[in-house]
Amino acid sequence: MEKNVKLVSGIFIMALMLAVLVAGCGGPSATPAATPKADLTVFAAASLSGAFNETKAAYEASHPNVNIIYNFDGTQSLRTQVEQGAYADVFASASASHMNALKGEGYMNNSTVANFANNKLAVIVPKDNPAKIGSLHDLANPGVKIVMGTKDVPVGSYTLQILDKMANNSSYGPDYRSKVMANVISQETTVNYVVAKVALGEADAGFVYVSDVPAEYRDKVSVVAIPDSLNVVAVYPIGVLKESKHPEEAQKFIDFVRSDEGKAILAKYGFTPV
Amino acid sequence: MRRTKDGKGIQALAILFFLLVVAFIVLPLASLFIKMEWGGLQGYLSAPLVVDALRLSFLTSAVSTLIVVITGTPVAYVNARFEYPAKDAIDTMIDLPVVIPPAVAGLALLMAFGRRGVLGQHLNALGIDLAFTTMAVIMAQVFVSSPFFIRQARTSFEDVDRAYEHAARTLGASPLKTFMYVTVPIAMNGLVSGAILSWARALGEFGATIMFAGNFEGRTQTMPLAIYTAMQGDIDASILLSIILVAISFIVIVAVKMLTRRGLIIAQD
Repeated sequence: MEKNVKLVSGIFIMALMLAVLVAGCGGPSATPAATPKADLTVFAAASLSGAFNETKAAYEASHPNVNIIYNFDGTQSLRTQVEQGAYADVFASASASHMNALKGEGYMNNSTVANFANNKLAVIVPKDNPAKIGSLHDLANPGVKIVMGTKDVPVGSYTLQILDKMANNSSYGPDYRSKVMANVISQETTVNYVVAKVALGEADAGFVYVSDVPAEYRDKVSVVAIPDSLNVVAVYPIGVLKESKHPEEAQKFIDFVRSDEGKAILAKYGFTPV
Repeated sequence: MRRTKDGKGIQALAILFFLLVVAFIVLPLASLFIKMEWGGLQGYLSAPLVVDALRLSFLTSAVSTLIVVITGTPVAYVNARFEYPAKDAIDTMIDLPVVIPPAVAGLALLMAFGRRGVLGQHLNALGIDLAFTTMAVIMAQVFVSSPFFIRQARTSFEDVDRAYEHAARTLGASPLKTFMYVTVPIAMNGLVSGAILSWARALGEFGATIMFAGNFEGRTQTMPLAIYTAMQGDIDASILLSIILVAISFIVIVAVKMLTRRGLIIAQD
C-alpha cells in the first residue's frame, strides 16, 4: 500500500513536471516586445475561420503593434457570449439577424456595422460518395444520412430557408422537404462540425457554405451545387462593439478586411466580397 | 492539535477558506434558481425540446446503468476474489474512462464504431450503423460511467467476510447460489450506491455523446446537449433543464450518503 502511494505520487509529480516543461517550450518566447502590442479580440463566425486566419497573418505582418485574438464559434453562440458580458472589439456575424439583435440591444457601435461578404450554401458529400448522391433529388432517398446546423446557427436557418424554397418548387415539392428532414441524423452547433462529419465519412451529405470547402478538404469531399434560384444569399456583417477599448484599431482591422487585399483573401476562400 | 499562540489566526484563516469554498460552489448553483423565469415554467415544461430531452435522458441513462450493472458485477467480483495474469493492467484500463476527457472518449468511440471505424466498417457491411443513433448515446454513457460502478462493486465484494460464503458452501449451496443469496445481499449497499453514481455520470454525459451520437432532438439530444443547444437560442429553457439536473444530482448525493452510512446488513441467524 505504502509502496503504491509512493509510486503513484511519483508518477503524478513526473507528469506535472512534464506538463510544465511542455508548456514552457510551447509558449511564446519570454523576451518582451519593445512596444506593448494592442490585443484586438475578434469574435467571428466559424465559417470565417479559414479566411480570417489568413487575414490575421497578413494584417499582423503590416501592423506589428497589433495582436489579433480570435474566437471562432457559431454566430448564435458568439451573440450569447456578448449578451452574457464577454469582451470583444470586433464582431463578424454570418447572418444579419444576429447582428441586428446585438445592434438593437445596444452592444454595437451601429455606425461601424457594414456588410463585407456574401456567401451561399452548397451540399457536400464524402469523396467516395457512399450514398451515391448525384443530384439534390438524391438527398430524399431513404437511408441517406444528412447533417445540418441547428435552427439557431445561421447555416441551419439558411438550410431551412432553402428547403422551404424547394418545397414550393414544382420539381421538388413539400414531400421532398419532409423526406430530407427525416434523413437528418444530427444538427450541429457550428458549420465546422457539419464539414468534419462529412469529411470523416460518418455522414452521407451536409449542408454547408460554399466557402467551407477550402483546398485542404477538396480531396475529402465533393460539392453538389445548389442553383441560385433555390439558394440564399448569406450576408456577413462586421462591426465594432461599443465597449471596445481600441475602437480605432478595431476600425482599422475592419477597413483591412474590406480593402482589396482583404477581399482577395475572402474570394480565395469562396466568399463573394462586398 | 496543539494550540499555539497563533492558533487563533490559523483558525480564522481556516474558517475563511471554508466559507470561500462553500460560497464558490453554492453561489453559481443558486444563481441558476435566481435567474430562472419561474413565470414561464408551465410553457417550458411542455416545450418539445425540454420534454424530448427529459424522456431521452431517462431512457438512455436507465438502460446504460442496467447494462453497466449486469456486465460490471461479474467483472468486479472476479477482480475482488481472483488473481490472474495482467490483472493490474486490466484494472487500470477499466478505470481509464474516469480520467480521459469525454471528448476523447467520443472521438475514440467514433474511430472504433463509426461508419469508417475499425470495427464499425465491418458492422456497416452487415447493415448495422451505430453512430448517431440512440444506441450510440447508450454506448457513450456505458463507456464513461462503468468504472464508477465497477470500482465501488469491487470494494463492496472485498469487504464481504469470506466466512459467510464458506458457511454457505459447507451447507451445500452451489457457488452461484452462495453468490446470489449471501455475497450480493451483504454487498448490496455498495452495489446500489455504485449503480447510482454510475447512473448520475451517465445522466450528465455530454462530450462523448455530442461527438459519437450527434445532436438530434428526440433521438440523441439528451439533457446536457439540449442545455448546450438551447443556450444559443433560448436561455430560459437551458436554465430550466439545468435546474432539473441540479435537483437530481442533489438527490443522488443524499441517497448515496444514506446508503453508505447504513453500514452492512448482517444476515440474521
